[in-house]
Amino acid sequence: MNAALRRLSLVAFVMMLSLMVAATYIHVFAAPDLNADNRNVRTIYREYGNSRGPIIVDGESVALSTPSDDAFGYQREYPQGPLYAPVTGFYSIVFGRSAIEYTQNSVLNGTADSLFISRLEALVTGEQPRGSSVEVTISAAAQQAAWDALGDQRGAVVALDPKTGAVLAMVSKPSYDPNDLAAHDTSLVNDEYQRLLADDDSPLINRATTNRYPPGSTFKLLVAAAALESGAYDADTVIPAPDQLPLPQSSSIMGNFGGATCAPDEEMTLADALRISCNTAFGQLGMDVGADALRSTAQAFGFGTSVEIPLKTTPSVFPGELDVPQTALASIGQFDVAATPLQMALVGSAIANDGVQMSPYLVDTVRTADLDVVSQTEPSELARPISATTANTLTDMMVGVVTGGSGSAAQIRGVDVAGKTGTAQTTTDAPPHAWFVGFAPADDPEVVVAVIVENGGNLGAEATGGAVAAPIARAVMQAVIS
Amino acid sequence: MATVQPGEVRRGRGRELILLVLAVVLGLGAYASVSLAVEESLPADFYAHSGVLVLLAVVLHLLVRYFAPYADPVILPVAVALNGVGLAMIHRLDLAAQAAGRSSELATKQLVITAVGVAAAAFLLAFLRDHRTLRRFTYTAMVVGLGLVLLPLVPGLGNEIRGARIWIGVGDYSLQPAEFAKLALAVFFAGYLVTNRDTLAMAGPKVLGIQLPRLRDFGPILVVWAACLAILVLERDLGTSLLFFGLFVAMLYVATERVSWIVIGLTLFAGGAALAATQFGHVAARFEVWLNAMDPAIYERSPGGSSQLVKGLFGMASGGLFGTGWGQGHPQLVPFASSDFITASLGEELGLTGLLAILLCYLVLVERGFRVAIGVRDGFGKLLASGLAFVLAWQVFVVVGGITRVIPLTGLTMPFLAYGGSSLLANWLIVALLLRISDSARRPTPLPLRGGPLVPTTPEDDDEPDDAVAHHGPVPSPEHEPGQEQVTEIIRQEGRA
Repeated sequence: MNAALRRLSLVAFVMMLSLMVAATYIHVFAAPDLNADNRNVRTIYREYGNSRGPIIVDGESVALSTPSDDAFGYQREYPQGPLYAPVTGFYSIVFGRSAIEYTQNSVLNGTADSLFISRLEALVTGEQPRGSSVEVTISAAAQQAAWDALGDQRGAVVALDPKTGAVLAMVSKPSYDPNDLAAHDTSLVNDEYQRLLADDDSPLINRATTNRYPPGSTFKLLVAAAALESGAYDADTVIPAPDQLPLPQSSSIMGNFGGATCAPDEEMTLADALRISCNTAFGQLGMDVGADALRSTAQAFGFGTSVEIPLKTTPSVFPGELDVPQTALASIGQFDVAATPLQMALVGSAIANDGVQMSPYLVDTVRTADLDVVSQTEPSELARPISATTANTLTDMMVGVVTGGSGSAAQIRGVDVAGKTGTAQTTTDAPPHAWFVGFAPADDPEVVVAVIVENGGNLGAEATGGAVAAPIARAVMQAVIS
Repeated sequence: MATVQPGEVRRGRGRELILLVLAVVLGLGAYASVSLAVEESLPADFYAHSGVLVLLAVVLHLLVRYFAPYADPVILPVAVALNGVGLAMIHRLDLAAQAAGRSSELATKQLVITAVGVAAAAFLLAFLRDHRTLRRFTYTAMVVGLGLVLLPLVPGLGNEIRGARIWIGVGDYSLQPAEFAKLALAVFFAGYLVTNRDTLAMAGPKVLGIQLPRLRDFGPILVVWAACLAILVLERDLGTSLLFFGLFVAMLYVATERVSWIVIGLTLFAGGAALAATQFGHVAARFEVWLNAMDPAIYERSPGGSSQLVKGLFGMASGGLFGTGWGQGHPQLVPFASSDFITASLGEELGLTGLLAILLCYLVLVERGFRVAIGVRDGFGKLLASGLAFVLAWQVFVVVGGITRVIPLTGLTMPFLAYGGSSLLANWLIVALLLRISDSARRPTPLPLRGGPLVPTTPEDDDEPDDAVAHHGPVPSPEHEPGQEQVTEIIRQEGRA
């Protein structure tokens, strides 16, 4: 019987071995898939069970985890709620994460590969593993100024440091309170989320990075840049500025804002045309420069590409095929041209920074709970859409816009401000969108800002970029400079 | 060729004590860690709990010293360690239930049952002085075994829980008679097979290169097969059915050494299971869950969906290599986390490392059981010990295999670890029987001194003299016979020479 016994004991051994193999498979090889399965609530429990790192603006937490008495262990809190919602995003047990909470999740919850050493330390010292903190580039003063200046109007503000690309302010209105979505009562969270989704004003959308608007007259900066880069124009080149511009190949006639006359003798310098934002002059200039030159300039400034800051952004659009009248309309930022506020800020930052466009970024420093730096963003160049000469010429022309043109509401005492207004038609009945793109101080820019106020904001049909958007930009620039 | 190695005549009681201390420390350390992690203080009943566990271990150790001095020194500590770890996990799940506002005192109940189990084991050890005595009860064991299996079918007595009719209600308690039937049937199979093994081993026709037994000897296996299918159909329990059939086929193989019996057994069972899978919805559902556990439709299905199985997998996956640590996972998310799915709970909190350690403990226990079977001299003892060792391995395989998707999930419980009185009690009785048989296996025999070679040998297949003793002769006294130390000494010296 002993031979049979030995074989049977071998069978028992193989049975146990197969269990060990199966257990190893589940614990190690199948684990990533199982942990990522959306039916697995443990992953969320475990994340909440660890202290998630804070998101920090100017030394203060705008998102932080505090111990809670329920099964999750920690409650995510947003002390300033809606103000920073486009930056922090939300962290929900039901609907997942968004914005920085989403893109920086692995460092915030401490599972990132870069945190391996600190996890190992925690294992050895027996400490509870804690997530890392994420310091963002936002300036609290600029963010607050943009929030206050925008008031209860629908719109967005993006401010960048043109020398580094650091995002100084990112406001989108109307906003939402991420605290409501981070609550642990799933039915309340669900109700709130459904309400936000159903809201016609789309408060969950980050207008600064994901909504595209017709750029209106702010697009004239690109037309002027294309003209200057062609070598055939400079600031003082006299260009035609008719009262009315009949568009070739069509019966349409382009007029100026409010039917006004740009110049008595129907011609003016390029600088003056930009200063008073003359539509007919830029319609003609765009046709003269040509659709292809406009398109390549727009693409050089970043139209058609999406940047990650690390939030995903919507690429701006310059149409692929344009006939001559469409080119004229595109030159004043109408027809199918569409840009995000971030894109227009990037246009401004290239002009402000001698033609060098820096990559925009939102995450400055990642630190472990022990304040060791894990990573710090090094500013990097994104593109060089225009030469330094063109940039300086444009800067001078934009200063003219603010000192004696459509953008006078952006003036700051003692500081040269460069800017460009825009008043973009949407549909025939809706009030126009009010734009402003500008930077200050003009000779050594510290901040570039793009503002959009949807449908004229408080002024409605009477609105212009100069009246509605320029004062908001002024408030943000002043907050950064002072 | 079975030989008793000279080294093995060391009784090993000292080693057993050291291992027991380790086992008790492991169990109590786990018990304390759970409360320290969850409540940040020692459990309220820590000293009472520790006292009981230490007392049980000490009592068993002393009883073994007195009644089975040559017993295998590893079996008892492994059982104590597994029981202790199981108690800690049940306590941990109690705390989770209490945190959720439900009263749950399963750990205390399990400790009481442990005490009862240990008492039963002690009783068996003290009063069953020779395992061969059991051979006299071969057919009594059959009647008892079959009776226990059929008990849940008695109207008014049997309870149907979660679709399976394998429980009986006695007052406030539920019992799983199948756990005890396992013991009775092992005794019956051992007694029956040791008598009939020669007949069963007779060669019959040869088919496809396999030497089949004689057709007329198919009777017993067909009876057991039919009984197991009846369990599957009437009690709707794939696990118990699988357990008994596996036990029978394994013991049949040991008795006859004929692979053909295994082939026949597997074919019959596979055929029966396939038939059941096509004919009965609940069996088909189990197979579907096994094969397509992650399918959302099967996951959502209720009853009979895969959500429990998949939640167990989620738990184990979240444990990773080293686990979340005692009290820091979420094993309570899996239904029946303290009984059917305690392996998944342990996998989550102790990780792969802990789970493999636990499986190794079972492997050690099982292999020690087989070692006992090889060492013991009588055929009945060999069959009984191997049957008990195999049924333990088989049950672990069926349970953990079900949880890890090696085989379809069944309703069996993990020996020693899982919450459940019947299983714990029955497994402590298995430990007592293995200790008893191992005492006999390791006890130095004076036989070789009668003119034979001085190195003691055991005739491999010729068990008749021992059987004769079991049937007709007096039961040998476990007390030391005069001169035994001397014999031991001689054997040792010869062994070294």
